[in-house]
Amino acid sequence: MSYRVVHYINQFFANIGGEEMAHVPPELREGHVGPGLAFNQAWKGEAEVVQTIVCGDSYFAEHEKDAKAQVLEWVKAAKPDLFIAGPAFNAGRYGYACSNICQAVQDELGIPVLTGMYEENPGADLRTKVLIIATTNSAAGMRKAAPAMAKLAMKLMRGEEIGASCEDGYLPNGIRRNFFDKERGSKRAVDMLVAKLSGKPFTTEYPMPSFDRVAPNKAVKDLSKAIVALCTSGGIVPKGNPDHIESSNASHYGEYNIQGVERLTEETYETAHGGYDPVYANQDPNRVLPVDVLREFEREGKIGKLHDFFYTTVGNGTAVASSKKFAAEYAQKLLQANVSAVIMTST
Amino acid sequence: MKLELGFIQIQDIQFSKECKVENGTLFVNADEVMDFIFKDDDAKACIKSASFDIARPGESVRITPVKDVIEPRVKVDGPGGEFPGVIAKVDTVGSGKTHVLRGMAIVTAGKIVGFQEGIIDMTGPGADYTPFSKLLNLVLLCEPMEGVHQHEYEHAVRMAGLRAATFVGELGRDVTPDETREFETYGVKEGMEKLPDLPRVGYVHMLQSQGLLHDTYVYGVDAKKIISTLLNPTETMDGAIISGNCVSACDKNTTYHHQNNPVVADLFEQHGKTINYVCNIITNENVYLADKQRSSDWASKLARLLDLDGVVVSEEGFGNPDTDLIMNCKKTEQKGIRTVLITDEYAGQDGKSQSLADADALADAVVTGGNANQVVILPKLDKVIGMLDYVDKIAGGHAGSLRPDGSIEAELQVITGATNEMGFNRLSAR
Repeated sequence: MSYRVVHYINQFFANIGGEEMAHVPPELREGHVGPGLAFNQAWKGEAEVVQTIVCGDSYFAEHEKDAKAQVLEWVKAAKPDLFIAGPAFNAGRYGYACSNICQAVQDELGIPVLTGMYEENPGADLRTKVLIIATTNSAAGMRKAAPAMAKLAMKLMRGEEIGASCEDGYLPNGIRRNFFDKERGSKRAVDMLVAKLSGKPFTTEYPMPSFDRVAPNKAVKDLSKAIVALCTSGGIVPKGNPDHIESSNASHYGEYNIQGVERLTEETYETAHGGYDPVYANQDPNRVLPVDVLREFEREGKIGKLHDFFYTTVGNGTAVASSKKFAAEYAQKLLQANVSAVIMTST
Repeated sequence: MKLELGFIQIQDIQFSKECKVENGTLFVNADEVMDFIFKDDDAKACIKSASFDIARPGESVRITPVKDVIEPRVKVDGPGGEFPGVIAKVDTVGSGKTHVLRGMAIVTAGKIVGFQEGIIDMTGPGADYTPFSKLLNLVLLCEPMEGVHQHEYEHAVRMAGLRAATFVGELGRDVTPDETREFETYGVKEGMEKLPDLPRVGYVHMLQSQGLLHDTYVYGVDAKKIISTLLNPTETMDGAIISGNCVSACDKNTTYHHQNNPVVADLFEQHGKTINYVCNIITNENVYLADKQRSSDWASKLARLLDLDGVVVSEEGFGNPDTDLIMNCKKTEQKGIRTVLITDEYAGQDGKSQSLADADALADAVVTGGNANQVVILPKLDKVIGMLDYVDKIAGGHAGSLRPDGSIEAELQVITGATNEMGFNRLSAR
């Protein structure tokens, strides 16, 4: 019996049409469609695309929740050994759909997933969450992408250990794996130096982790007229965590009104953070989000006003990409509310 | 300075009544070697007993705990002798002619000196990770005198290994080498004139000097006490640098690594073709910030003084020395000297953590010797030279590493030379 695979592609690769047909909702077809043929050929009968799900890129982007729910329902019913999406090359919304639907299938159904796209595709932001085979930036690279995806897919279906990213062709996913290179390290170093000296391209074997350093803004000139907002990654939320912010690796942030709140109390607020002992934060949530002190400052005229809303999330294991997305969004809200200073607390 | 190395390929080692090298076989009278070792007063005072054993590639043999690995060599022409300032007198080495017994090593092993000596497996998955599984190993197994302080014992075993290597190396003095090779670097002006169009390249060789059994010696001087200085590449090939390490075996340089420094070899390979290999800059890895600043300042200063265009920097050890590595890199890059680093990684058993304790955007060209936290299973082997008593305690092991069936589950850290940061191996990570 061969392994069963469900394949996700967009309207273009299903030959429905280009941008003008990107609105089509998800559709389930039996057997392989488009690039699925190449996978089947590479698997030589050991695995087979049994169903293909086609979805318009705009539809997925605009109805992500519905699209995901529908796809998950079909995949759940099909019980495949693997879910494969794309390859999306440099098609941005397609790549986004491939990565996100893969993540949903992997996380919610526990089925191994694989997709493929160009490293600069926005969907590749999820490279640490789902396995993404690196492809060229155009569909002309299908001839290389399909066999590479098929090969790693087979490893996943057989339950074999995957190799290092450079061996198996996936985008570096933040998990360092050992492998034996062709040359010894000293030779690789000398070759790299010769390339560096002559201005030729070279690839470091260990990209330095990039710390996204943000230079602080200039000091607020007159704090007594400033609206000051409180924000935190310490997970302070209204009691009961109404928006269900995750205790680790948060997927969203919360926005809560504190108009008229003099201080946070044990009865009304708590922390959702799962990365530190919550006892002291729960006892007195002002320890993490100092509403009490800011109210004092307000009364004393040290600050103009404490902003009516605070923004909060859990910083525990939360991806930098998510944090950036949250802040970029609520920073706009703060600007619109004429907030001129933010106190950001962490834990 | 020009050094000629004559390689005598050793194809077997046998115990015998006499000591000689004949037709590629090393015949050893263990008693004679032992007499030579125990002429040393420290050996007499610290080593209760010692014995020799032979481990050949492919045999079901595990050597542990391993302290040092040394290649036997003998100076046959020119100034100085092997291990200057330690065994031979302190004359500058690196010129003349030296015979090398290639394909074999002296391995010092036995009851633990520190806490973290390594494992050499001669077969199985562990053998893939250590270069010493490919050598014929004459193992010197030592037992400490009761009550001896570990630092004194370390010194005694270090000297015993070097003396054994010296004795065995001497047997190659009158043997005709199978292969002879010449290595030469030039004076500053001479090199400029001979190779005017090639980029000037140096090797910043970081020496482990954190202390407490993380030590290296240069011409007999403790590397903690040196200021960054220059070495002809041929000097390290001729025994000028020796290991005094007894810690985290995977990325400490044994004496064998210094004698056969692969960065030196691969820079020589390109010397006169794509680069002008100017010299080595040795620098240390002391634990105090002031020392780190001074040593990295001096290393980059010397590189600039010599008008180097590029350097390869090799680290030794991990964690604390990561800061020395990054300081060296920043300072040379900031002087416009193109820099490539060789390191290894501690990315956690799951490979998900940041690999180094320090980082900088200028470190844009890095070669890695692999993730030392990777877990390996080493099957039970038929024979143990040494003892398994310390497997759970050495760095990379844990309580229960030695399993009831005799196999070992531990991190790669336990294997001698597994993630060497001179780039001795093919192991890497992505």
